Amino acid sequence: MSFAEQFPIVFNALNVGFLQTLKLFAVTLLGALPLGLVISFGSMSRFKIVNSVVKTFVWIIRGTPLMLQLLIIYYLPGLAFGNPIWGGGEEGRFAASAVAFIINYSCYFSEIYRGGIQGVPVGQQEAGQVLGLSKSQIFFKITLLQMVKRIVPPMSNEIITLVKDTSLARIIALQEVIWAGYAFMKGSQGIAGQIWPLFFTGVYYLVFSGILTILFNKVEKKLSYFKV
Amino acid sequence: MALLEVKNIRKNFGKTEVLKGIDFSMEKGDVVAIIGSSGSGKTTLLRCLNFLETPDVGTISLDGKVIFNGENHKQLSDAEVRKNRLHFGLVFQSFNLFPQYNVKRNLTLAAELLEFEKIKNSTSEYADKKQASEAISRKADELLRQVGLSEKEKSFPCELSGGQQQRVAIARALALEPDVLCFDEPTSALDPELTGEVLRVIKELKNTNKTMIVVTHEMEFAKNVADTIIYMADGVIEEMGSAQEVFENPKSEKLKSFLKSSFEKI
Repeated sequence: MSFAEQFPIVFNALNVGFLQTLKLFAVTLLGALPLGLVISFGSMSRFKIVNSVVKTFVWIIRGTPLMLQLLIIYYLPGLAFGNPIWGGGEEGRFAASAVAFIINYSCYFSEIYRGGIQGVPVGQQEAGQVLGLSKSQIFFKITLLQMVKRIVPPMSNEIITLVKDTSLARIIALQEVIWAGYAFMKGSQGIAGQIWPLFFTGVYYLVFSGILTILFNKVEKKLSYFKV
Repeated sequence: MALLEVKNIRKNFGKTEVLKGIDFSMEKGDVVAIIGSSGSGKTTLLRCLNFLETPDVGTISLDGKVIFNGENHKQLSDAEVRKNRLHFGLVFQSFNLFPQYNVKRNLTLAAELLEFEKIKNSTSEYADKKQASEAISRKADELLRQVGLSEKEKSFPCELSGGQQQRVAIARALALEPDVLCFDEPTSALDPELTGEVLRVIKELKNTNKTMIVVTHEMEFAKNVADTIIYMADGVIEEMGSAQEVFENPKSEKLKSFLKSSFEKI
Protein backbone atom coordinates (compact mmCIF):
# COMPACT_ATOMS: atom_id res chain seq x y z
CA MET A 1 0.00 0.00 0.00
CA SER A 2 1.43 3.36 -0.98
CA PHE A 3 1.76 6.24 1.46
CA ALA A 4 -1.04 8.09 -0.29
CA GLU A 5 -3.29 5.12 0.27
CA GLN A 6 -2.17 4.63 3.87
CA PHE A 7 -2.56 8.27 4.87
CA PRO A 8 -6.37 8.60 4.95
CA ILE A 9 -6.71 5.32 6.86
CA VAL A 10 -4.14 6.35 9.46
CA PHE A 11 -5.46 9.91 9.66
CA ASN A 12 -8.96 8.65 10.41
CA ALA A 13 -7.77 6.23 13.07
CA LEU A 14 -5.61 8.85 14.77
CA ASN A 15 -8.49 11.34 14.76
CA VAL A 16 -10.66 8.82 16.55
CA GLY A 17 -7.86 8.20 19.05
CA PHE A 18 -7.24 11.89 19.58
CA LEU A 19 -10.91 12.45 20.27
CA GLN A 20 -10.54 10.03 23.18
CA THR A 21 -7.42 11.94 24.31
CA LEU A 22 -9.34 15.21 24.20
CA LYS A 23 -12.25 13.72 26.05
CA LEU A 24 -10.01 12.49 28.87
CA PHE A 25 -8.30 15.89 28.97
CA ALA A 26 -11.58 17.78 29.22
CA VAL A 27 -13.19 15.47 31.78
CA THR A 28 -10.06 15.61 33.95
CA LEU A 29 -10.07 19.42 33.95
CA LEU A 30 -13.79 19.57 34.63
CA GLY A 31 -13.37 17.32 37.65
CA ALA A 32 -9.95 18.31 38.96
CA LEU A 33 -10.26 22.12 38.80
CA PRO A 34 -13.11 22.31 41.37
CA LEU A 35 -12.00 19.24 43.36
CA GLY A 36 -8.53 20.77 43.68
CA LEU A 37 -10.03 23.87 45.31
CA VAL A 38 -11.87 21.68 47.84
CA ILE A 39 -8.64 19.79 48.62
CA SER A 40 -6.71 23.05 48.98
CA PHE A 41 -9.26 24.30 51.55
CA GLY A 42 -8.82 20.96 53.33
CA SER A 43 -5.05 21.33 53.44
CA MET A 44 -5.43 24.86 54.87
CA SER A 45 -8.04 23.75 57.41
CA ARG A 46 -7.62 24.77 61.03
CA PHE A 47 -8.88 21.35 62.11
CA LYS A 48 -5.79 19.24 62.65
CA ILE A 49 -7.44 15.96 61.63
CA VAL A 50 -8.80 17.27 58.33
CA ASN A 51 -5.54 18.99 57.67
CA SER A 52 -3.33 15.94 58.23
CA VAL A 53 -5.63 13.47 56.45
CA VAL A 54 -5.72 15.71 53.37
CA LYS A 55 -1.97 16.34 53.46
CA THR A 56 -1.22 12.60 53.74
CA PHE A 57 -3.54 11.90 50.82
CA VAL A 58 -1.85 14.56 48.69
CA TRP A 59 1.55 13.13 49.63
CA ILE A 60 0.53 9.60 48.54
CA ILE A 61 -0.95 10.73 45.24
CA ARG A 62 1.90 13.05 44.34
CA GLY A 63 4.47 10.59 45.61
CA THR A 64 3.48 7.63 43.44
CA PRO A 65 3.43 7.31 39.65
CA LEU A 66 0.19 8.12 37.85
CA MET A 67 0.69 4.91 35.87
CA LEU A 68 0.61 2.88 39.08
CA GLN A 69 -2.53 4.69 40.20
CA LEU A 70 -4.18 3.90 36.85
CA LEU A 71 -3.35 0.20 37.17
CA ILE A 72 -4.57 0.00 40.76
CA ILE A 73 -7.80 1.87 40.14
CA TYR A 74 -8.58 -0.23 37.07
CA TYR A 75 -7.61 -3.70 38.32
CA LEU A 76 -8.03 -3.53 42.11
CA PRO A 77 -11.84 -3.81 42.30
CA GLY A 78 -11.87 -6.90 40.09
CA LEU A 79 -8.77 -8.73 41.31
CA ALA A 80 -8.90 -7.96 45.03
CA PHE A 81 -12.63 -7.83 45.65
CA GLY A 82 -13.95 -9.97 42.79
CA ASN A 83 -16.00 -7.03 41.64
CA PRO A 84 -14.79 -5.63 38.31
CA ILE A 85 -16.83 -2.42 38.51
CA TRP A 86 -15.32 -0.89 35.39
CA GLY A 87 -16.29 -3.72 33.02
CA GLY A 88 -14.06 -4.76 30.16
CA GLY A 89 -15.18 -2.31 27.48
CA GLU A 90 -13.72 0.99 26.28
CA GLU A 91 -16.28 2.91 28.32
CA GLY A 92 -15.20 1.22 31.54
CA ARG A 93 -11.56 1.88 30.75
CA PHE A 94 -12.37 5.53 30.10
CA ALA A 95 -14.24 5.85 33.39
CA ALA A 96 -11.36 4.26 35.33
CA SER A 97 -8.86 6.55 33.58
CA ALA A 98 -10.97 9.62 34.30
CA VAL A 99 -11.18 8.76 38.00
CA ALA A 100 -7.42 8.21 38.26
CA PHE A 101 -6.62 11.42 36.38
CA ILE A 102 -9.08 13.55 38.33
CA ILE A 103 -7.72 12.34 41.68
CA ASN A 104 -4.12 12.78 40.59
CA TYR A 105 -4.51 16.20 39.03
CA SER A 106 -6.75 17.63 41.74
CA CYS A 107 -3.90 17.00 44.21
CA TYR A 108 -1.45 18.94 42.05
CA PHE A 109 -3.98 21.72 41.46
CA SER A 110 -4.72 21.94 45.19
CA GLU A 111 -1.13 22.88 45.93
CA ILE A 112 -1.16 25.53 43.22
CA TYR A 113 -4.40 27.00 44.59
CA ARG A 114 -2.96 26.97 48.09
CA GLY A 115 0.07 28.91 46.94
CA GLY A 116 -2.17 31.37 45.09
CA ILE A 117 -4.46 31.98 48.04
CA GLN A 118 -1.71 32.23 50.63
CA GLY A 119 0.31 34.45 48.32
CA VAL A 120 -2.22 37.28 48.43
CA PRO A 121 -0.89 39.64 51.13
CA VAL A 122 -2.94 39.62 54.32
CA GLY A 123 -3.08 43.41 54.06
CA GLN A 124 -5.51 43.09 51.14
CA GLN A 125 -7.96 41.24 53.30
CA GLU A 126 -7.47 43.69 56.15
CA ALA A 127 -8.04 46.65 53.84
CA GLY A 128 -11.34 45.06 52.84
CA GLN A 129 -12.23 44.42 56.46
CA VAL A 130 -11.68 47.98 57.64
CA LEU A 131 -13.82 49.17 54.74
CA GLY A 132 -16.68 47.14 56.22
CA LEU A 133 -16.80 44.40 53.60
CA SER A 134 -17.99 40.88 54.40
CA LYS A 135 -15.83 37.79 54.05
CA SER A 136 -17.45 36.74 50.78
CA GLN A 137 -17.24 40.27 49.34
CA ILE A 138 -13.54 40.29 50.19
CA PHE A 139 -12.97 36.91 48.53
CA PHE A 140 -14.89 37.61 45.34
CA LYS A 141 -14.13 41.32 44.86
CA ILE A 142 -10.57 41.52 46.15
CA THR A 143 -8.72 38.21 46.64
CA LEU A 144 -10.01 36.06 43.78
CA LEU A 145 -8.60 37.94 40.79
CA GLN A 146 -5.22 38.42 42.50
CA MET A 147 -5.10 34.68 43.16
CA VAL A 148 -6.03 33.87 39.56
CA LYS A 149 -3.26 36.12 38.30
CA ARG A 150 -0.75 34.36 40.54
CA ILE A 151 -1.72 30.84 39.49
CA VAL A 152 -1.91 31.28 35.71
CA PRO A 153 1.75 30.38 35.02
CA PRO A 154 1.93 27.25 37.23
CA MET A 155 -1.53 26.18 36.08
CA SER A 156 -0.64 26.46 32.42
CA ASN A 157 2.40 24.33 33.12
CA GLU A 158 0.33 21.65 34.80
CA ILE A 159 -2.40 21.68 32.16
CA ILE A 160 0.10 21.29 29.32
CA THR A 161 1.61 18.35 31.19
CA LEU A 162 -1.87 16.87 31.41
CA VAL A 163 -2.20 16.94 27.60
CA LYS A 164 0.74 14.57 27.36
CA ASP A 165 -0.02 12.55 30.50
CA THR A 166 -3.30 11.37 28.97
CA SER A 167 -1.19 8.96 26.92
CA LEU A 168 -0.47 7.00 30.14
CA ALA A 169 -4.04 5.70 30.01
CA ARG A 170 -2.89 3.37 27.26
CA ILE A 171 -1.47 1.13 30.05
CA ILE A 172 -5.03 -0.02 30.68
CA ALA A 173 -5.63 -0.11 26.93
CA LEU A 174 -7.60 3.10 26.59
CA GLN A 175 -7.73 3.72 22.86
CA GLU A 176 -6.21 7.18 22.83
CA VAL A 177 -4.09 8.63 20.04
CA ILE A 178 -0.80 6.82 20.76
CA TRP A 179 -2.63 3.53 21.07
CA ALA A 180 -4.13 4.29 17.64
CA GLY A 181 -0.70 5.04 16.13
CA TYR A 182 0.93 2.01 17.71
CA ALA A 183 -1.70 -0.22 16.11
CA PHE A 184 -0.13 0.39 12.71
CA MET A 185 3.19 -0.96 13.94
CA LYS A 186 1.60 -4.19 15.11
CA GLY A 187 -0.72 -4.37 12.13
CA SER A 188 -4.19 -2.95 11.61
CA GLN A 189 -6.48 -2.33 8.67
CA GLY A 190 -3.92 -3.86 6.32
CA ILE A 191 -1.08 -1.62 7.48
CA ALA A 192 1.77 -3.15 9.55
CA GLY A 193 5.33 -2.33 10.56
CA GLN A 194 4.87 1.41 10.00
CA ILE A 195 6.56 3.84 12.36
CA TRP A 196 5.41 7.11 10.79
CA PRO A 197 1.87 6.99 12.28
CA LEU A 198 3.48 7.01 15.72
CA PHE A 199 5.57 10.04 14.77
CA PHE A 200 2.46 11.67 13.42
CA THR A 201 0.73 11.41 16.81
CA GLY A 202 3.36 13.86 18.05
CA VAL A 203 1.92 16.47 15.70
CA TYR A 204 -1.42 16.27 17.50
CA TYR A 205 0.24 16.94 20.84
CA LEU A 206 2.33 19.77 19.45
CA VAL A 207 -0.61 21.52 17.84
CA PHE A 208 -2.80 21.11 20.90
CA SER A 209 -0.22 22.28 23.42
CA GLY A 210 0.64 25.12 21.03
CA ILE A 211 -2.98 26.29 21.07
CA LEU A 212 -3.06 26.07 24.88
CA THR A 213 0.17 28.07 25.16
CA ILE A 214 -1.33 30.84 23.05
CA LEU A 215 -4.49 30.80 25.14
CA PHE A 216 -2.60 31.04 28.42
CA ASN A 217 -0.43 33.83 27.08
CA LYS A 218 -3.61 35.71 26.21
CA VAL A 219 -4.93 35.26 29.74
CA GLU A 220 -1.63 36.42 31.22
CA LYS A 221 -1.61 39.46 28.97
CA LYS A 222 -5.19 40.24 29.90
CA LEU A 223 -4.20 40.27 33.58
CA SER A 224 -0.98 42.21 33.08
CA TYR A 225 -2.63 45.60 33.59
CA PHE A 226 -2.04 45.25 37.33
CA LYS A 227 0.78 44.01 39.52
CA VAL A 228 0.41 41.87 42.62
CA MET B 1 -18.90 64.33 76.17
CA ALA B 2 -15.86 62.79 74.58
CA LEU B 3 -16.31 61.45 71.06
CA LEU B 4 -14.09 58.44 71.67
CA GLU B 5 -13.54 56.80 75.00
CA VAL B 6 -11.17 53.87 75.39
CA LYS B 7 -11.12 52.10 78.74
CA ASN B 8 -8.76 49.47 80.08
CA ILE B 9 -7.93 47.83 76.74
CA ARG B 10 -5.80 44.74 77.26
CA LYS B 11 -4.47 42.38 74.65
CA ASN B 12 -2.27 39.31 74.84
CA PHE B 13 -0.66 37.40 72.01
CA GLY B 14 -0.11 34.01 73.55
CA LYS B 15 1.88 34.71 76.68
CA THR B 16 3.07 38.13 75.57
CA GLU B 17 1.14 41.02 77.04
CA VAL B 18 1.08 43.64 74.29
CA LEU B 19 -1.45 46.08 75.75
CA LYS B 20 -1.62 46.29 79.53
CA GLY B 21 -4.63 48.50 80.09
CA ILE B 22 -4.98 51.50 77.80
CA ASP B 23 -7.23 54.43 78.76
CA PHE B 24 -7.71 57.62 76.83
CA SER B 25 -10.42 59.77 75.36
CA MET B 26 -10.62 62.37 72.66
CA GLU B 27 -13.03 65.09 71.50
CA LYS B 28 -14.42 65.57 68.04
CA GLY B 29 -11.88 67.29 65.83
CA ASP B 30 -8.95 66.25 67.99
CA VAL B 31 -5.76 65.01 66.46
CA VAL B 32 -3.89 62.53 68.62
CA ALA B 33 -0.39 61.40 67.75
CA ILE B 34 0.87 58.17 69.26
CA ILE B 35 4.63 57.91 69.54
CA GLY B 36 6.91 55.31 71.06
CA SER B 37 9.51 52.76 70.08
CA SER B 38 8.73 49.63 68.07
CA GLY B 39 7.06 46.92 70.07
CA SER B 40 5.42 49.37 72.46
CA GLY B 41 1.94 48.38 71.27
CA LYS B 42 1.04 51.45 69.18
CA THR B 43 0.03 49.51 66.11
CA THR B 44 -1.81 46.87 68.12
CA LEU B 45 -3.86 49.61 69.77
CA LEU B 46 -4.81 51.01 66.38
CA ARG B 47 -5.69 47.55 65.10
CA CYS B 48 -7.90 47.00 68.16
CA LEU B 49 -9.80 50.21 67.42
CA ASN B 50 -10.40 48.96 63.90
CA PHE B 51 -11.42 45.47 65.07
CA LEU B 52 -8.54 43.82 63.24
CA GLU B 53 -7.54 42.52 66.65
CA THR B 54 -10.01 41.72 69.40
CA PRO B 55 -8.96 43.06 72.80
CA ASP B 56 -9.22 40.53 75.63
CA VAL B 57 -10.59 43.10 78.07
CA GLY B 58 -11.86 46.66 77.91
CA THR B 59 -14.47 48.88 76.31
CA ILE B 60 -14.54 51.29 73.40
CA SER B 61 -17.30 53.87 73.34
CA LEU B 62 -18.20 56.30 70.63
CA ASP B 63 -20.51 59.24 71.30
CA GLY B 64 -21.40 57.63 74.61
CA LYS B 65 -22.44 54.35 72.98
CA VAL B 66 -20.40 51.23 73.79
CA ILE B 67 -19.32 49.69 70.49
CA PHE B 68 -16.91 47.21 71.98
CA ASN B 69 -17.04 45.39 75.27
CA GLY B 70 -14.56 42.62 75.96
CA GLU B 71 -17.14 40.75 78.01
CA ASN B 72 -19.81 40.23 75.38
CA HIS B 73 -17.91 40.73 72.15
CA LYS B 74 -18.19 37.10 71.09
CA GLN B 75 -21.97 37.41 71.12
CA LEU B 76 -21.91 40.06 68.41
CA SER B 77 -22.76 38.92 64.91
CA ASP B 78 -20.46 39.47 61.96
CA ALA B 79 -22.85 42.10 60.65
CA GLU B 80 -22.71 44.06 63.93
CA VAL B 81 -18.92 43.99 63.98
CA ARG B 82 -18.89 45.20 60.38
CA LYS B 83 -21.22 48.04 61.29
CA ASN B 84 -19.21 49.04 64.37
CA ARG B 85 -15.91 49.12 62.59
CA LEU B 86 -17.27 51.63 60.07
CA HIS B 87 -16.98 54.26 62.81
CA PHE B 88 -13.25 53.95 62.22
CA GLY B 89 -11.10 54.25 59.13
CA LEU B 90 -7.55 52.96 58.85
CA VAL B 91 -4.71 54.03 56.60
CA PHE B 92 -2.03 51.34 56.51
CA GLN B 93 1.71 51.70 56.52
CA SER B 94 1.89 49.69 53.27
CA PHE B 95 -1.13 51.44 51.63
CA ASN B 96 -2.86 48.14 50.71
CA LEU B 97 -4.63 49.58 47.69
CA PHE B 98 -6.47 47.02 45.59
CA PRO B 99 -4.07 46.47 42.67
CA GLN B 100 -6.67 45.26 40.17
CA TYR B 101 -8.78 48.41 40.42
CA ASN B 102 -7.96 51.88 39.22
CA VAL B 103 -7.68 54.78 41.63
CA LYS B 104 -11.29 55.86 41.33
CA ARG B 105 -12.58 52.31 41.76
CA ASN B 106 -10.45 51.88 44.87
CA LEU B 107 -12.45 54.76 46.34
CA THR B 108 -15.89 53.66 45.20
CA LEU B 109 -15.77 49.85 45.56
CA ALA B 110 -16.61 49.49 49.24
CA ALA B 111 -18.95 52.47 49.32
CA GLU B 112 -20.95 50.99 46.46
CA LEU B 113 -21.06 47.45 47.85
CA LEU B 114 -22.27 48.78 51.21
CA GLU B 115 -24.84 51.10 49.66
CA PHE B 116 -26.17 48.36 47.38
CA GLU B 117 -26.70 46.18 50.44
CA LYS B 118 -28.70 49.01 51.99
CA ILE B 119 -30.78 49.38 48.83
CA LYS B 120 -31.58 45.68 49.02
CA ASN B 121 -32.74 46.11 52.62
CA SER B 122 -34.58 49.33 51.69
CA THR B 123 -32.58 51.35 54.22
CA SER B 124 -30.76 53.47 51.67
CA GLU B 125 -31.36 57.13 51.09
CA TYR B 126 -31.03 56.43 47.38
CA ALA B 127 -33.86 55.16 45.20
CA ASP B 128 -31.79 52.84 43.06
CA LYS B 129 -28.27 51.64 42.32
CA LYS B 130 -27.72 54.16 39.55
CA GLN B 131 -28.51 57.10 41.77
CA ALA B 132 -26.27 55.71 44.53
CA SER B 133 -23.38 55.10 42.12
CA GLU B 134 -23.58 58.62 40.76
CA ALA B 135 -23.50 60.14 44.22
CA ILE B 136 -20.60 57.92 45.28
CA SER B 137 -18.73 58.77 42.11
CA ARG B 138 -19.19 62.51 42.69
CA LYS B 139 -17.90 62.16 46.22
CA ALA B 140 -14.88 60.20 45.02
CA ASP B 141 -14.09 62.98 42.53
CA GLU B 142 -14.24 65.50 45.34
CA LEU B 143 -11.95 63.43 47.57
CA LEU B 144 -9.43 62.94 44.78
CA ARG B 145 -9.39 66.70 44.28
CA GLN B 146 -8.82 67.09 48.00
CA VAL B 147 -5.73 64.86 47.96
CA GLY B 148 -4.56 66.39 44.68
CA LEU B 149 -4.91 63.34 42.46
CA SER B 150 -7.85 64.16 40.19
CA GLU B 151 -5.84 63.53 37.06
CA LYS B 152 -4.85 60.05 38.28
CA GLU B 153 -8.35 58.63 38.66
CA LYS B 154 -7.86 56.16 35.81
CA SER B 155 -4.36 55.05 36.87
CA PHE B 156 -3.69 51.75 38.55
CA PRO B 157 -1.87 51.59 41.88
CA CYS B 158 1.25 50.10 40.27
CA GLU B 159 1.56 53.26 38.15
CA LEU B 160 1.73 55.59 41.15
CA SER B 161 4.55 56.63 43.46
CA GLY B 162 4.39 55.56 47.10
CA GLY B 163 3.31 59.02 48.17
CA GLN B 164 0.52 59.07 45.60
CA GLN B 165 -0.61 55.59 46.63
CA GLN B 166 -0.81 56.67 50.24
CA ARG B 167 -2.84 59.75 49.29
CA VAL B 168 -5.26 57.48 47.43
CA ALA B 169 -5.44 55.24 50.50
CA ILE B 170 -6.34 58.28 52.62
CA ALA B 171 -9.06 59.27 50.15
CA ARG B 172 -10.33 55.68 50.14
CA ALA B 173 -10.65 55.70 53.93
CA LEU B 174 -12.39 59.10 53.83
CA ALA B 175 -14.90 57.85 51.26
CA LEU B 176 -16.73 55.95 54.00
CA GLU B 177 -16.85 59.02 56.27
CA PRO B 178 -15.47 57.41 59.43
CA ASP B 179 -15.92 59.24 62.74
CA VAL B 180 -12.29 58.61 63.62
CA LEU B 181 -9.59 58.21 60.99
CA CYS B 182 -6.55 56.21 62.08
CA PHE B 183 -3.11 56.23 60.46
CA ASP B 184 -0.61 53.46 61.11
CA GLU B 185 2.82 54.94 60.43
CA PRO B 186 1.56 56.42 57.14
CA THR B 187 4.98 57.57 55.95
CA SER B 188 7.25 54.78 57.21
CA ALA B 189 7.23 52.93 53.89
CA LEU B 190 7.98 56.06 51.87
CA ASP B 191 11.17 57.57 50.55
CA PRO B 192 12.05 60.69 52.55
CA GLU B 193 11.21 63.07 49.71
CA LEU B 194 7.67 61.64 49.48
CA THR B 195 6.68 61.93 53.14
CA GLY B 196 5.95 65.66 52.84
CA GLU B 197 3.05 65.32 50.41
CA VAL B 198 1.34 62.75 52.66
CA LEU B 199 1.86 64.69 55.88
CA ARG B 200 0.56 67.81 54.18
CA VAL B 201 -2.69 66.02 53.26
CA ILE B 202 -3.11 64.87 56.87
CA LYS B 203 -2.45 68.38 58.10
CA GLU B 204 -5.08 69.77 55.74
CA LEU B 205 -7.58 67.25 57.08
CA LYS B 206 -7.12 68.75 60.51
CA ASN B 207 -8.44 72.02 59.14
CA THR B 208 -11.64 70.26 58.06
CA ASN B 209 -12.19 69.23 61.67
CA LYS B 210 -11.49 65.53 61.14
CA THR B 211 -10.90 63.45 64.24
CA MET B 212 -7.66 61.57 63.76
CA ILE B 213 -5.27 59.22 65.52
CA VAL B 214 -1.82 59.07 63.95
CA VAL B 215 0.81 56.52 64.93
CA THR B 216 4.01 58.10 63.71
CA HIS B 217 7.75 58.36 63.94
CA GLU B 218 7.71 61.86 62.43
CA MET B 219 8.36 63.87 65.58
CA GLU B 220 8.22 67.29 63.91
CA PHE B 221 4.88 66.41 62.40
CA ALA B 222 3.51 65.18 65.73
CA LYS B 223 4.71 68.35 67.41
CA ASN B 224 3.14 70.68 64.85
CA VAL B 225 -0.13 68.95 64.08
CA ALA B 226 -1.29 66.94 67.08
CA ASP B 227 -3.43 68.42 69.85
CA THR B 228 -2.47 65.57 72.13
CA ILE B 229 0.60 63.36 72.18
CA ILE B 230 0.43 59.87 73.60
CA TYR B 231 3.75 58.26 74.41
CA MET B 232 3.50 54.50 74.69
CA ALA B 233 6.09 52.16 76.17
CA ASP B 234 5.81 48.45 76.96
CA GLY B 235 2.05 48.26 76.43
CA VAL B 236 1.02 51.21 78.58
CA ILE B 237 0.50 54.93 78.05
CA GLU B 238 3.57 56.25 79.76
CA GLU B 239 2.80 59.93 79.19
CA MET B 240 0.04 61.91 77.60
CA GLY B 241 -0.38 65.61 77.09
CA SER B 242 -0.09 68.57 74.73
CA ALA B 243 2.84 68.66 72.36
CA GLN B 244 4.49 71.24 74.53
CA GLU B 245 4.14 69.20 77.71
CA VAL B 246 5.40 66.01 76.16
CA PHE B 247 8.23 67.37 74.06
CA GLU B 248 9.46 70.28 76.19
CA ASN B 249 8.82 68.87 79.60
CA PRO B 250 9.02 65.05 79.60
CA LYS B 251 8.60 63.53 83.04
CA SER B 252 9.56 59.86 82.76
CA GLU B 253 13.06 58.64 82.10
CA LYS B 254 11.80 56.41 79.28
CA LEU B 255 10.32 59.35 77.38
CA LYS B 256 13.39 61.45 77.96
CA SER B 257 15.68 58.85 76.47
CA PHE B 258 13.19 58.12 73.64
CA LEU B 259 13.10 61.79 72.69
CA LYS B 260 16.83 62.07 73.00
CA SER B 261 17.44 59.28 70.53
CA SER B 262 14.62 60.48 68.23
CA PHE B 263 16.04 63.96 67.91
CA GLU B 264 19.65 62.89 67.95
CA LYS B 265 21.69 64.71 65.35
CA ILE B 266 24.06 62.51 63.46
